[in-house]
Amino acid sequence: MSDAAFCPACVGLPEEQLEKAASNGTSQIVLSLPGIHCVACINGVERALRDMDGVANARVNLSMKRVTVGTDQPISPEALIDTLEMAGFEARVLDTSLLGSESDAYGRGLMTRLAVSGFANMNIMLLSVAVWSGAIGATLHMFHWITAAIAIPALIYAAQPFFASGWRSLKVGRLNMDVPISLAILLASGISLYETLYGGHHSYFDAAVTLTFFLLIGRYLDHRSRKAAASAAAQLSALEVPRVMRVRDGVRQMVDFADLAIGDLVQVLPGGRIPVDGTITEGTSEIDRSLLTGESQLSRASAGATVTAGEVNMTGPLTIRATTVGADTTLRKMVTMVDEAEAARNRYTAVADKAAALYAPVVHLLALVAFAGWMIYSGDLRLSLNIAVAVLIITCPCAMGLAVPAVSTTAAGRLFRAGLLVKDGTAVERLAEVDTVVFDKTGTLTMPAAARDRLDDETQRIALALTQNATHPVSQAIAASLDGVTPAVLTDHCEHAGKGLSAIYEGQQVRLGSGDWLGAGHGTYIQIGDEPAQKITLRSELRDGAAALVRSWQEAGMDVHLVTGDDANETSKIAGALGIAHRQAETKPAGKIAYIDELSANGAKVLMVGDGLNDTGALAAAYASVSPATAADASRAASDIVLLNDSLEPLTELPLVARAAMKRIKENFTISTIYNVIAVPIALAGFATPLIASIAMSASSITVLLNALRLKGRL
Amino acid sequence: MNVLVFLIPVSLVLGGIGLAAFVWSLRNDQYEDLEGDAWRILSEDDDKPNNG
Repeated sequence: MSDAAFCPACVGLPEEQLEKAASNGTSQIVLSLPGIHCVACINGVERALRDMDGVANARVNLSMKRVTVGTDQPISPEALIDTLEMAGFEARVLDTSLLGSESDAYGRGLMTRLAVSGFANMNIMLLSVAVWSGAIGATLHMFHWITAAIAIPALIYAAQPFFASGWRSLKVGRLNMDVPISLAILLASGISLYETLYGGHHSYFDAAVTLTFFLLIGRYLDHRSRKAAASAAAQLSALEVPRVMRVRDGVRQMVDFADLAIGDLVQVLPGGRIPVDGTITEGTSEIDRSLLTGESQLSRASAGATVTAGEVNMTGPLTIRATTVGADTTLRKMVTMVDEAEAARNRYTAVADKAAALYAPVVHLLALVAFAGWMIYSGDLRLSLNIAVAVLIITCPCAMGLAVPAVSTTAAGRLFRAGLLVKDGTAVERLAEVDTVVFDKTGTLTMPAAARDRLDDETQRIALALTQNATHPVSQAIAASLDGVTPAVLTDHCEHAGKGLSAIYEGQQVRLGSGDWLGAGHGTYIQIGDEPAQKITLRSELRDGAAALVRSWQEAGMDVHLVTGDDANETSKIAGALGIAHRQAETKPAGKIAYIDELSANGAKVLMVGDGLNDTGALAAAYASVSPATAADASRAASDIVLLNDSLEPLTELPLVARAAMKRIKENFTISTIYNVIAVPIALAGFATPLIASIAMSASSITVLLNALRLKGRL
Repeated sequence: MNVLVFLIPVSLVLGGIGLAAFVWSLRNDQYEDLEGDAWRILSEDDDKPNNG
């Protein structure tokens, strides 16, 4: 605490806030914990994290299955994840796009409004029951006055979201759902106030407040299902290199990316991202081409090889002659493609909005017809207005305001418990229509792994000892696949950049590395002493649940495709193992988008499942998309649903839940239509008392809510 | 019917107390982690932040 007290910015803060600031550390990292479920997990996670240096505080939120870690020293999320994995908990980084806004002021405002309208509703109903039971004379008028005194301030405060949204829509000359809602609330309050002032018999305040209460529930659920949207295009363009090392006439100079011209020589150091498309003129290195191919394996490159913007130079310095610059680089073109695909997707209209576009004019027309008809028939303005208000209240779109958000929230909750995070409010609706699935291979259906079957025990032990502390992805894959083997005792470890690893084992040299270095063919080899080098086959292993997932989705009537940047051989092997008929290998990012566009053009609604940067465009172009939590940031930003677990199994349920949700939404529309068909003629005929209006509205709202909750049970 | 002069204000005040309590709990982060806090109460472990 003493440290904080010296901070000039903190001196003025109240003690309580100071303490909070100190215990939460200076910066926060949020991790997703898909596996936690009980108090032992909470304690285990918090204790493991708090014992780390630099962690000030860790607080698990079990409902959201995440932990907020306050750090007072820079500490990488990967270090936290390693610690948690050591303690036996699966953890993932969550980017801010998945978290929702930190301080959800709007959501709390809605909740407060909901509470106020609930309070007003409760008290008004107490009075209304007396009125409906036949209160007369002075009692009736006093009750009307008290009702007005409670309802008017409550409505002015609580119904603001509807007024604001309705007004916004009217200003641009359109009718959304909030226009009939606002009109019903305003007219009902207006006519009720008039009736109260002039001692009339009917006051609709109870109906107006009940309507506000139910619609606010819908609005709150709807708000919760909308997360802050992050743009995948923005994430991708963050990969661009703003300043580059240009070599001109032997002089090295840092220049802005925009100042490069075709033919310029650019130097890229190990670990740096390649800024331009070009040809290597000098140097040899290994390159991470995952941006274009999705493959995590590095490929070797030397003078004469072509490289692409966005690839990462891993091991040696390279000099590159630029063949394209500026807006023509592959990376920039990809950003443009993703941007276009995202814009196209944002044009999707939610089911509720589509329905509102049909419904709102009908409601207004009906109320107007009722008013005009009664005006002509009776010539009584007060009676005609009363009837028009009754029509407006009874037809008010409760089902659309409440039913759709209730269904999508229930569906999203069910999917979250299974390990799927629904990022987009309309994702469930779109998923229900999906009939075609396109899978990426590497990282999605398969995980890289090294085969251990062909090596004898001793070689396995040596291979593990050589690779267990190495950082190269291939070494890590080998070490991971040899899990459970006891490592051999080696001395004189040596890492040869771009070649491999060597050490001394029982007096003889052992080497593990590229085929070129060991005098063998293409691939990764291990050599003990002077024995011939043995090949270590790197193959990819199917992710847990992949086969079951493909089979169950095919049974659910979906057309499954496999589109990957990998070579044809590997692709057909995996496709064969999974029983996927349609496949396309060696596909570039633009090719993936084209593949999806072609399917869509033929009328298919495509679900894309992918993880790599090369899938970002395809994820954004597809009708709906899923990516695992291990995916690149841009890919997660482009997808509707994030798979939090390692296993693909939770996805099995996805189309079933989505289709069931869609069915519930349609049922809800039917239910509210039936209510309207029964109640509207009564209102038009002038028999709708405030009691009938209240019952019709509450009954339809409660029915659609209960129907939505049926999603929690068996599908 | 004179009893209404009492009962209506009483009902309003009681309802108002309920409303105030709800708004307080909302502002006080009582709904942030419904499941976790229900479990934490069963744990005997010290649940204080580590200041060391």
